[in-house]
Order: sequence, then C-alpha cells, then structure tokens
Amino acid sequence: MLPTGLKRVALHGVQWLDDRTGVMWVLRHSMFHRVPISAKWWYVFGSATMMFFTVQVVSGIVLAMFYAPSAAQAYDSLVYINEQVPCGWMLRAIHGWSSNAMCYMMLLHLSQVFLHGTYKYPRELTWLFGVGLCILTLGLAFTGQIMRWDADAYWGLGIGAAIVDRMPMVGNQMRAIMLGGTEISGATLSRFFALHVFILPGTTVALIGLHLYSVLRKGISEMPKAGEVVDPATYTKGYEARVHKTGVPFYPDAARRDMVFCGAALIALVGVAAWFGPMGPGGLPDPTIIEASPRPDGLFLWIFAALALLPPGSETFLLLVGPPVGIALLAALPFISPRGERAPSRRPLSVLIFCTIVTGIGVLTWLGVASPWSPVMNAWTSTPIAPAFVVGRTPLELQGALEFQFAQCRNCHAIGGTGGMRGPDLTDVATRLSWDQLVRQIQQGGGNMPAYGKTLSSVETQALAAFLSTLDGGSLRAAIPGAMESQQQIDAAPTPVDSSTTSDAR
Amino acid sequence: MSESEIPPQSNDAPASSENRRGFLFAAGTTLMAIGGVLVAAPIIGAAVAPGMLPEKDQWISLGAAKNWVAATTVLIKFRNPGGAPDDGITRENACYVRCIEAGKFQVFAVNCAHLGCPVEWFSQSRLFMCPCHGGVYYEDGSRASGPPPRGLFEFEWRIREGQLEIHSGRLPGLQEGT
Repeated sequence: MLPTGLKRVALHGVQWLDDRTGVMWVLRHSMFHRVPISAKWWYVFGSATMMFFTVQVVSGIVLAMFYAPSAAQAYDSLVYINEQVPCGWMLRAIHGWSSNAMCYMMLLHLSQVFLHGTYKYPRELTWLFGVGLCILTLGLAFTGQIMRWDADAYWGLGIGAAIVDRMPMVGNQMRAIMLGGTEISGATLSRFFALHVFILPGTTVALIGLHLYSVLRKGISEMPKAGEVVDPATYTKGYEARVHKTGVPFYPDAARRDMVFCGAALIALVGVAAWFGPMGPGGLPDPTIIEASPRPDGLFLWIFAALALLPPGSETFLLLVGPPVGIALLAALPFISPRGERAPSRRPLSVLIFCTIVTGIGVLTWLGVASPWSPVMNAWTSTPIAPAFVVGRTPLELQGALEFQFAQCRNCHAIGGTGGMRGPDLTDVATRLSWDQLVRQIQQGGGNMPAYGKTLSSVETQALAAFLSTLDGGSLRAAIPGAMESQQQIDAAPTPVDSSTTSDAR
Repeated sequence: MSESEIPPQSNDAPASSENRRGFLFAAGTTLMAIGGVLVAAPIIGAAVAPGMLPEKDQWISLGAAKNWVAATTVLIKFRNPGGAPDDGITRENACYVRCIEAGKFQVFAVNCAHLGCPVEWFSQSRLFMCPCHGGVYYEDGSRASGPPPRGLFEFEWRIREGQLEIHSGRLPGLQEGT
C-alpha cells in the first residue's frame, strides 16, 4: 500500500496528465468501452493480427539497423545478420515467421467476419478499412520477399514485371516505374525497400487507426444467431440497448481472451522461429545463373499454380482484370448484402462461396508445392533408371533408353514413378500407344509435347520408339498384338522383350 | 476572455474588411496550390521518371563474330549498359547466342516469354525449357509447347568492326517485344 502522501501526489499527477491530454476520456471510450458479452474466442484473430504487425514493426526497425538496402550489399548483409550479428538469425526468423503468422491471422479474421456476416449494416466502413489492410498485408509480404534479394526475389520481380508489362497501353511505363528503370537493378531494390519500410507500413498504421476507430464507433458485432436479422431501421437502437444492458467492458473482460490467445501465439512464434530458423537468403540474385527454379513464398504459391493452369488465351485478361474485380467485389460486399441473416446456418450461399474459395486456393497451393507442370530440369542426368527397364533389352532398345535420357524426355516423363510429371508417366506407355502412334508422337509432338522430328534423326526415333514399346508396366498385357510373348514373360521381372516385338508392333 | 470582449462577428464587418478577408483566402489558396505543385513536381517526377525517359542507344559487344561455331547455341554473359554503382551482381546479364552459320545469328533473352523465368538450353534435344510453368522452345526460339504466348524474345544484333553486338539494356517483355 502506498503512503497517503504518495497517493495524493500520484493522484495529482494523473489529474494533471488527464487535464493536459484528456487520456481518461480516450481510455474510457477505447479500453473500457462496452462490448457484447457473446464476443468470445471467435473475436481474437483481429487482435492477434495487430500484435504480429507490432512484432513486424519492432523487429523490422532492428533489422534495418543491419540490412543494407543496396543491390550490391543486401545479400551479404543478410548473411551477416544470419551468421555474425548476435541473435541476428533469430531476429530474421521472427520477422519472417511473424510475417506468415500475420497473414494467416488476418485471413482467419477475414474468414470469421465474412462467415458471421459482421460486414453488414452499420459496419460497412470497418469492413472497407479491413479490405484495405488485407491488401496492404499481402503487399508487405510480397515486398518482404523482395528484401531477401536472392534468386527467388530476382526472378519473382521478373514475373511481376512480366505481369505489369501485359497492361494495355501503359504496361511499359508502369513496368519501368515498378522497376525504377528498364532492368531489375539496384533502383528496383531501393523502390521496394521504400515500399516495404515506409509506404506500406505507414499506410497500414493509418488504416489500422481508422479500422479501430470504426470498431469503437459502431461497436463489436454480437455472435450471430439464426433468426436475428439485421434491419437498418432498428439495428443500432437494439444493439446499443443490448450492449448497455448485458455488455462487458473490453478491458479486462474481453481482453482476457485476446491476451491468452496472443500470448500463446507469441510463444508459438518463438518456437517456430527457433525450430525452422530464418528464411533464406537462397541462391544469389545472379541473372546469369539460369539454373534457378524460382518459387514464391507459400502464401503466393496458389497464384504461381494458377498461372500454370489458366488457359493461355485468357491469361492476360484474368491476370489484369481478376484482381481488381476480386477486390471490388470484396469491397462492395456490405453494400450488396447490407441486411438480413448473419448466422452461417442461414446463409448457405455465403458458406458455399467461402468453401469454394478456400478449397480452390488450398488445392492450387498443394499443386504449387508439387508443380507437376514444371520439368525436372536435371532428371535426364540425375534420376536413376531401374534395372528392370533396361536389363535384357536389345541393343536398339538400349540405344533408345539412352535417347530417352539424353533427349531430356525424362525431364517431363517419369518411368517407374521417377522423373518429370509434365507429361504422362511412361511406365506402361506400350499398353496405350501402338508403334505408329509412338513414332508419330515423338516426331510431331502435340498434347503439350514438342515435336522431336526436328531434333532426332530417323534412327534415333526408331531406337526411342523401340525402347518405349518395351514399357508395358511390368504386369499389364501390352495393348499391341504380339508385344508380349506370354504371361510368363510378363510376370518375370525384368521383362526382356524380344526384338521381334518391335518389328511385330510395327 | 469574457463575453463582452468577444470581437464583433464578421457579418458586422465593413465591406472593405470582407473584401480583404476574401482576397487573403483566395491569395492563400492560390499560393498554396502553386507551392504544392512546385514541391510535388520534382518529387513525383523523380518517382515516375523511369517510365518516361527516352531510350538510349545501348549497343554492347559480345565478342568477335568469327569466334562462334556454326550450328551451336551458347549462353553468353554480359553487363547491362547504363547500370548504377550499387547494382552489384544484378548488373550482370546473360543471353543465348545461336550461330546459324558464319555471320548469321539469333540472340535470345534468357527470360521465358510467359512470365520471365530463366529458360535453360539443352543442346542434346536442342530445346529451351522453362522450370516455372513448363514452357518449351525450339532452337530457333519458336514456341514448342506450354503456356508462353509467343517464341523467345530476341535481341537486335549487328556486326560492327568484327564484333557481334546486341542492343541491350531493357528487360524483355510482351509489350516491350523484340
């Protein structure tokens, strides 16, 4: 207990501060404002997003004390932070993983707000500021990836530049403004540094202020209940009456859950950062190392996948029109659907849209990890071939096996489950294609395969077809009449195929 | 300040005072606008200048033209012209030079025409392959398969004083073209 004299001094000090700043009024309307009693664990994600943003700001400021935002030195300075700066590796790990955590918390927050119909009357502006924050957060994540200034950052910029360049009329100018010139260079890194540490965080702080002000002004929504519809004519009056009657002060009642969740999330962040370490930098940002296989960070993998799967004819249109339309639809949501039911059980269309988007992005991300459309660039030299595919083969067939490797067929086609996945697995191609079909496919290509008629001689083509016609899957009867002499031969692995097989098949 | 000390309301002010206030407001607005434009012009100008500057003539040499062997394609490294001191390793660049026959060349950018990833040349199959989305090109740069909407971008080339030169300094792109 404080002595009475000291108490009086402290009270006087608080009164003086309140008189000069009005701090008590601010606290009364922010920390102690009343929130619905039903606002419980579903409501912690927004606070967690803001907490991770704070971690980003603080760790980012300290990183800026060591990071050299120059194309000539950025990579080395990151290696220096990782290896020389005390706690530097952990600092980078926290910044990197907290960035992921911030994005995923924001997406959880967005999902909750969407599913609970919280964007409806009278919280349209709260939602709009939130949409802005969503775009800014993704922008911070992308520009942060550029700060790593490694091969992925360099080629990622190339991909960004290629997309911007597709804009009609102004693409060239916009690309030059984005890159700070006509090439990816030091000026590009400087621009993205300015975006990452000044423009985007500054705007984010401003929008967080507006978002929170809107939350305070229009209140936190109640948990939705089926049958309780939002009617602009009566909603505000009813909400205020209910909050006045049954609401609790944000601090400490509701804040307890935020504190528990945020505390646990912080500890989890430190655990993940310590376990997985900092993100990169990866390969050098050297444009002459063309053996790079650039990939975006996990959050953007679904876009990478979509770019492989979109029909080429509509790609430019979807790339340029898709994002603005998506953002416009998101922004227009509270004006399209300002009233009515908020409970997910009464909004099947919204739930369906949500599930479709989440499933779509999930599947695309999974495909992005596997990247089956990408050739395995070193499969022709590095992927072993099982003895079963070569033992007992004729010289012509063995020559064909060599052609299969040296013509880089393996980069796109697997045999026995190893190799590229761009084209079909050829383990049992002889059961699907006849000799003539094999030769035609090799020479003319088609179905997303180059025509090798320009590359392989007639003898090489014959040898390759001879090898491919031995690939019957090991346990399947060949579709080609005479391709397999007997079931015994099929069962015996490796399965030597008589040279007459190929001539018969011909 | 007591109520009696409050100065007279502006609607009681004489016409000359009204005019003076109006003039000051107009003058203030005009001066602020002029000052704002004067300050904003160099700031915005510097930010968007890279998109507005005219193209410079940037021919660079890749080496003696007679050194190339006919019917080969090789990766050649060069430095971007007009780079800045802090470009570091990103000032380096590369292109594929295809020597069709003596004195006849094709010079390809390493960037895939789909989205700019680096394509790799395979001399055995005489194909360029892209590791990102699987774009494939024939040795003459024409599109073989995959998502690219066109063939590989080509640098303009010439032979001057026995040197093979290319017109460089711009990242290729679909609108940029070549």
